[in-house]
Amino acid sequence: MEKPLTQNIRPDGTPLNLAEYEKAGGYQGLRKALTQLSPGEVTQLVLESNLRGRGGAGFPTGRKWSFVPMGDDVPQPKYLVINADEMEPATFKDRLLMEGDPHQLIEGIIIAAYAVQAGIAYIFLRRAYVTARQRLKQAIEEACAKGYLGRNILGSGFNLELYLHMSAGRYICGEETALLNALEGKRAIPRSKPPFPPVVGLWGKPTAFNNVETICNVPHIIRHGPVWFKDLSRVPDGGTKIYGASGKVRRPGAWELPMGVTIREILEEHAGGMQDGLTLRALLPGGASTDMLTAENLDIPMDFNSMQEAGSRLGTGTIVVIDDRTCIVGLLANLMQFFAQESCGWCTPCREGLAWLTKILNAMEQGRGKPEDIDHLRLHTRLITLGRTFCALAPGAMEPLQSALMYFEDDFKRHIHEKSCPWRDL
Amino acid sequence: MLSEQEKKEIEVVAGHYPIKRAAGIEALKIVQKHRGWISDEVLSHVADALEMSPTDLDAVATFYNFIFRRPVGRHVILVCNSVSCWIMGYDTIVSYLKDRLGIGFGETTGDGRFTLLPNVCLGACDRAPVMMIDDQLYVNLDAEKIDKILGSYD
Repeated sequence: MEKPLTQNIRPDGTPLNLAEYEKAGGYQGLRKALTQLSPGEVTQLVLESNLRGRGGAGFPTGRKWSFVPMGDDVPQPKYLVINADEMEPATFKDRLLMEGDPHQLIEGIIIAAYAVQAGIAYIFLRRAYVTARQRLKQAIEEACAKGYLGRNILGSGFNLELYLHMSAGRYICGEETALLNALEGKRAIPRSKPPFPPVVGLWGKPTAFNNVETICNVPHIIRHGPVWFKDLSRVPDGGTKIYGASGKVRRPGAWELPMGVTIREILEEHAGGMQDGLTLRALLPGGASTDMLTAENLDIPMDFNSMQEAGSRLGTGTIVVIDDRTCIVGLLANLMQFFAQESCGWCTPCREGLAWLTKILNAMEQGRGKPEDIDHLRLHTRLITLGRTFCALAPGAMEPLQSALMYFEDDFKRHIHEKSCPWRDL
Repeated sequence: MLSEQEKKEIEVVAGHYPIKRAAGIEALKIVQKHRGWISDEVLSHVADALEMSPTDLDAVATFYNFIFRRPVGRHVILVCNSVSCWIMGYDTIVSYLKDRLGIGFGETTGDGRFTLLPNVCLGACDRAPVMMIDDQLYVNLDAEKIDKILGSYD
């Protein structure tokens, strides 16, 4: 099975330098794009590959690029922003790609910037990724020295400046318009949409916006073509995917697998199944803000459409495994505390609603829950929805809660009736 | 006053953006690297350097959790409190740390060695529970490991 994204990642994790990356076929996709293809043709190939955004939303990448206005009368410079914030709890896939093969990301960035004709690109990297920062910095310097960045790249007349921007924290920076505000040196508060970033983005200029894993696919698509890319996948969405698992499985980790493998394959073949004596009770398939699934759902393929049909989302594709000795109510209290704390505070349903829900869940976990609390929780999952909030943070926070109430209502009831957490001493 | 070194570093990073004030967060991080935290006085010097008001810069400084507006110890411990670490024993790890250091979250040890802070997911969930001290990540934590790690800092 081909693993284009991780083929260069060494067992000890040390990255390839520029010469080694080139020897492994690196920067050939860039050469092809800049010397043989027009920007429109690059976008067309990515469109045909059915590459969908790996940040969680799954929007087709080629279509996203096609929204960026082209031509001489468009405001300049245009920007490309790479979301390397990876702050969705339980997600650690972009770390793997940035630490293990930084040149792959840089090559993808240059090709993507060429496709949308962006003159300046920023990698927005989270503060905690210190190793990724060092390796990307080194790789950017190498790429500059070799002429892959800067002016007249490969004699094509295309210019690109690439900067690494280190974030100063906050989950909300993963929301693309909040990230733009953070890059502009402001508080990371989401912007009202429309206008959308491809037209009015960073400093009011057209801005393309992609996740790290998404962009790492681009050099391979250009080099080997969209048909090859689609064939990597078991489903209509093209490519492979970095899946992961954390929680009490035997071998937590991340693996590059064909898009559309089942949850069972990931958890049993790759993560080695549950630790001794534990049973799987539930899982969050793609990070903290995805609906829970249960042991009944293990044969569902992990792709965008199948997960949606199952009532959840692929999200980041990194699974949190919840075993039978972990309290679901306690876990939700942890998640809600996270979302409440990370709310930027701009809109009321998020600022007030999440804090209230956290209080209810904490009280319940500590044995102070009231029978009417379950209705309050459920009511909020119906009130805090997209369209009532400024961005997707608070609606995302409702996903694990609404699914837990659907699958595990008895757990909530037991906390209330027994006036303590039944899982406390397990 | 800002040192020549700080001014130089701020100038370089300000060149990455079309307007100076965009470098605010970066500039605060530069100064924090040299001084450990951002006092009111330093904040207003940085604001001057970026041609913006101290109030505007403070609005930014107080938004981001990695800008410290209060003094911190020589080393800052960030304990991951997100879902995977929580499942893997965050509660035990954090009570051990608090006992061992004799401080709670947001506090600094009497000898000025450590400040203890909770932190959202550090992106090392396959090796949970985890923490960072300054720029160093520590994984698969248990009591014995924590003792050894803390002992290696002065």
